[in-house]
Amino acid sequence: MIKLIAPFTEEKIRSLKVGDEVLITGTVFTGRDAVHKYLHEGGKLPPEVNLHNGIIYHCGPVVIKDEKGEWKVMAAGPTTSIREEPYQAQIIKEYSLRGIIGKGGMGERTLEACRQYGCVYFHAVGGAAQVLAECIKKVKGVYMMDKFGAPEAIWEFEVEDFPVVVTMDSHGRSLHKEIYELSAQELAKRL
Amino acid sequence: MGNLKDSLVELIRRTSAEIPEDVYKAILSALEQEKKGTIAESALKIINQNIALAKQRSQPICQDTGSILFYVDCPKCFDQIEFEEAAKAAVKEATEKGYLRQNSVDSITGKNSGTNLGPGSPVLHFHQHRSPDVVVRLILKGGGCENVGAQYSLPYEKLNANRDLKGCRKVILDAVFQAQGKGCGPGVIGVCIGGDRATGYEASKRQLLRKLDDRNPIKELDDLEQDILKTANELGIGPMGFGGKTTLLGVKICALNRVPASFFVSISYMCWAFRRQGFVLDENLNIKQWLY
Repeated sequence: MIKLIAPFTEEKIRSLKVGDEVLITGTVFTGRDAVHKYLHEGGKLPPEVNLHNGIIYHCGPVVIKDEKGEWKVMAAGPTTSIREEPYQAQIIKEYSLRGIIGKGGMGERTLEACRQYGCVYFHAVGGAAQVLAECIKKVKGVYMMDKFGAPEAIWEFEVEDFPVVVTMDSHGRSLHKEIYELSAQELAKRL
Repeated sequence: MGNLKDSLVELIRRTSAEIPEDVYKAILSALEQEKKGTIAESALKIINQNIALAKQRSQPICQDTGSILFYVDCPKCFDQIEFEEAAKAAVKEATEKGYLRQNSVDSITGKNSGTNLGPGSPVLHFHQHRSPDVVVRLILKGGGCENVGAQYSLPYEKLNANRDLKGCRKVILDAVFQAQGKGCGPGVIGVCIGGDRATGYEASKRQLLRKLDDRNPIKELDDLEQDILKTANELGIGPMGFGGKTTLLGVKICALNRVPASFFVSISYMCWAFRRQGFVLDENLNIKQWLY
């Protein structure tokens, strides 16, 4: 188990390899379908959202306000990342993103951007919304809520020991590609 | 129908926070079988912890609380309009309580209703029966697994799949292969052979109401279910697509008649966070018995 603690420098990110189990501590911003499309179309981020050397989490959490008016994260697992494939490489490049947390992996363009600009794909366990919510120690802010609605808004989370596995690294390796090829061979034998 | 609304809120809470017994057993057995020290085993351990935490805290197992699908078997003269109103009130309340995510989006404007109510949400299927009981089942089906559902029209030349059970086997296994990583495996598939495009998908979803350990009374379909389960688990896709032994936890297949010109095979995928629950209500609409 490797501990990755903010700041997320290119050097730390480059040292990670496919198959590494990592615990992340620091700030992450959520961003999913609406945010990616918005950025792709040239939309501007609010000044508080600094993605430089940052991590974006593909997640649409369940968050409610408690009696004191404070945000409470009820559930926060990853959403399927491949939907962001048309946009992700551009965002990695433009914002010098260092990490993406999601599930299901991404495609060739993202893998190439990870290699070129020094970023990795962290796979969180899909559906594990409680275990992951427990690692969110604080909601530091929420942005673009009115425009996108709660699941699609940008949430700024302080996370501690957030468990993930590196499935695409900055050296051109993708576990998803490898499993896809192996399982295709196994399937061909059985059809 | 105040009682009914409260009962339905409880049904939603329980469905969202507690995994059904049959699914839990299958997950535990997958955890036992997975090779120790692998990332597949780690994933299943996190899944197992998550199931316990969600139940203990009475919070959603998965943040995507999905499409809200009610299946209601009711006696003759049962007031379906009142039921629908109670179900909508219950959905709204469950959303305020955080049992459900604000999950209903206007497809034209992109605006989230914030209440989970709107055209097409929740979904209610009514069916009359001769018993005086009202039987309500609920499935919360997340978008990740819904997106990997598939419908094939046979013959399907790419796989050399013809209009027979062998052809069905090929396309079903292809759907499992294509879903890898994306549907939060290990999952369960519901399949319908035949029907039209709409009824085929609908019946494939309805198969997800079956308990994982039941057996299909139709021998050909039972054989196909066992075969697909065994074969899928030999592909090495594993939990979350990390590689490993358990790709599927269950396979449930039904058949509908078709018109001679059509031969559809419809596959609905359900993730490991299989949220299904149900109850029987007595004549006064009090909960008499839980179903799963």
